[in-house]
Amino acid sequence: MEHLVEVQDLKKSFLTKGGIFGKSSDVKAVDGVDLYLNKGETLGVVGESGCGKTTLGRLVLRLIKPTSGKINFDEVDITNLSERKLLWLRKRTGMVFQDPSASLNPRMNIRSTLKRPLVVHGIKDKNTIQKRIIEMLEKVGLNEDQLERFPHQISGGQQQRVAIARAIMLNPDLVVLDEPTSSLDVSVQAQILNLLLKLQRDLNLTYLFITHDLVVERHVSDRIVVMYCGKILESADTDELLGNTMHPYTVSLFSSTPIPNPHLKSTNRFIVGGEPPSLIHPPRGCRFHPRCPYAEGKCKKVEPKLVEAAKDHFLACHKFEEIDLLTYVKRFWKLMERLN
Amino acid sequence: MPLLDVKGLKTYFYTNRGVVKAVDGASFTVNENEIFCLVGETGCGKSVTALSIMRLIFPPGKILSGKALYKEEDLLKIPESEMQKIRGREISMVFQNPMNSLNPVFTIGYQISEAPTVHFNLSKKEAWKRTTDLIRDVKITDADTRAKCYPHVLSGGMRQRTMMAMMLSCNPNLLIADEPTTSLDVTIQAQILDLLIEIKKKRRMSVILITHNFGLVAEFGDRVAVMYCGKVVEIGDVTTIFRNPLHPYTRGLLRCLPIGYKRKSKLGFIPGTLPSPIDTPSGCSFHPRCEHSTKSCKLREPELVEYEKNHFVACHLYER
Repeated sequence: MEHLVEVQDLKKSFLTKGGIFGKSSDVKAVDGVDLYLNKGETLGVVGESGCGKTTLGRLVLRLIKPTSGKINFDEVDITNLSERKLLWLRKRTGMVFQDPSASLNPRMNIRSTLKRPLVVHGIKDKNTIQKRIIEMLEKVGLNEDQLERFPHQISGGQQQRVAIARAIMLNPDLVVLDEPTSSLDVSVQAQILNLLLKLQRDLNLTYLFITHDLVVERHVSDRIVVMYCGKILESADTDELLGNTMHPYTVSLFSSTPIPNPHLKSTNRFIVGGEPPSLIHPPRGCRFHPRCPYAEGKCKKVEPKLVEAAKDHFLACHKFEEIDLLTYVKRFWKLMERLN
Repeated sequence: MPLLDVKGLKTYFYTNRGVVKAVDGASFTVNENEIFCLVGETGCGKSVTALSIMRLIFPPGKILSGKALYKEEDLLKIPESEMQKIRGREISMVFQNPMNSLNPVFTIGYQISEAPTVHFNLSKKEAWKRTTDLIRDVKITDADTRAKCYPHVLSGGMRQRTMMAMMLSCNPNLLIADEPTTSLDVTIQAQILDLLIEIKKKRRMSVILITHNFGLVAEFGDRVAVMYCGKVVEIGDVTTIFRNPLHPYTRGLLRCLPIGYKRKSKLGFIPGTLPSPIDTPSGCSFHPRCEHSTKSCKLREPELVEYEKNHFVACHLYER
């Protein structure tokens, strides 16, 4: 399959000034990530807050410049292109953010919001613009009389529909969805997920779906990568990852996720203590070792590399051959058996 | 005999734009030593219900009518001085965002010791001992130094633990936890909830867990009440509600969850949007979105009836 995006050893650190003496330190938000996106697939990125998943999404779209590494979009190296040379990329990509009320301009009505990307990319003909706006509005399930409204006059679900319409206005190839349903209620979340899946089928979109909700991720993603502290710890096809989970962190993440089915309630859960480490001084060796009950000498000193542990199943852990945590994720299998 | 019996609770807010019927006739009971979940979408009145029980409603809000019987005493009727003895001592509450409920200019040790000092007349030394014990109870290591910390140096999980220590400081019989883990990550959420369950078992208290997350309900709840537009539409054991949901709204909500579906298939959904709280529909407030709605749904409000043992539903479909 053709890769739409390829990312190699991508790093991004942010400088922060701390304290009154302004001693600056590096926050390593993304710290050496390799990944690829196939055309037309959904790649899910899961992780807790501060693991660098949002930064990764922004890097892939080149909204921010990486510190080092390489990003290819459709076989063009976009790592160091200037903003002016990136205009074509902007046309072929879109982004949907978590909180639609914050990502829509409160002073622009829906019509101007949707018109903006077209104008920026040189479409001036009024009829074309109007036609396109109406067409997209229908696609995302809104109607014409909402065009003159302002964001505060419509509901959260409708706001997110507008944000999605804006992202796909120029017929992009890739859409980065950064927690698109996290701020929405369950009933609205279902509507938005249905919409996203339908748009993907109709327009052959590629999604980078960033979320912390594993239940949602399982439903929408073809492949999943698990991030922790700026690194990828495990990545595989969705079914493989859920059925043959290997990394202790992934298991703890799955095990902590509450499943809305009392029959799969488990008293035997793998819950790790502690909290994600600071990104300024990440632990040496494996990033997860301070929380990992299986950590030993090597884990504290040597950083594990991402290796292919099973077919298309990549893993960064020294101890995966010795430990077997599958009992803890069996309830996820039950979840899948009922489904497939 | 239930620990808490809420009957026909109505709390309205009188705003410039109209009367917001935040809670409009909610009824439920909480038994001893159980985890009772209040679940519903944004604006359905779950938080206001909790605040009404604690009598923490301020103008423009007003508790119009209803009863909240706690140990045969109506919390909504007793004088404020009596209520102050109940708050913290008998019933206490944990809020969603710990940073907003902790005072930034006092150490956490001081804040935890405040309530027991007032309720039990403790000396400074006794209060300090109690505080460090509590901090140990919520599994914060190094209690003596942590007690001298200010809230901003603690992480989100630690702050929520501090809140729990504060709420447990006077040994309440009922703990109201309003979305206690919504601002936390899943691994931290699991730690906090496991801690909550452990403390609940140890102290034999009841918990009202307010959440919008059906995962938490299934994982931790004993009984659950589903709220819609300020009313309780269905109550039952968690297993019963998930196996045999009766109310069309509950059924719709459970169908919306992305489980039990083939990957990338279409999820069930509830048509329409939540009605405005100022202008709630007549009769059954769910009727404009309901596939079974009939004429009587528009005219008459259904009552909460016991359809089978311990399974209550407010819907005309099940009235006999």
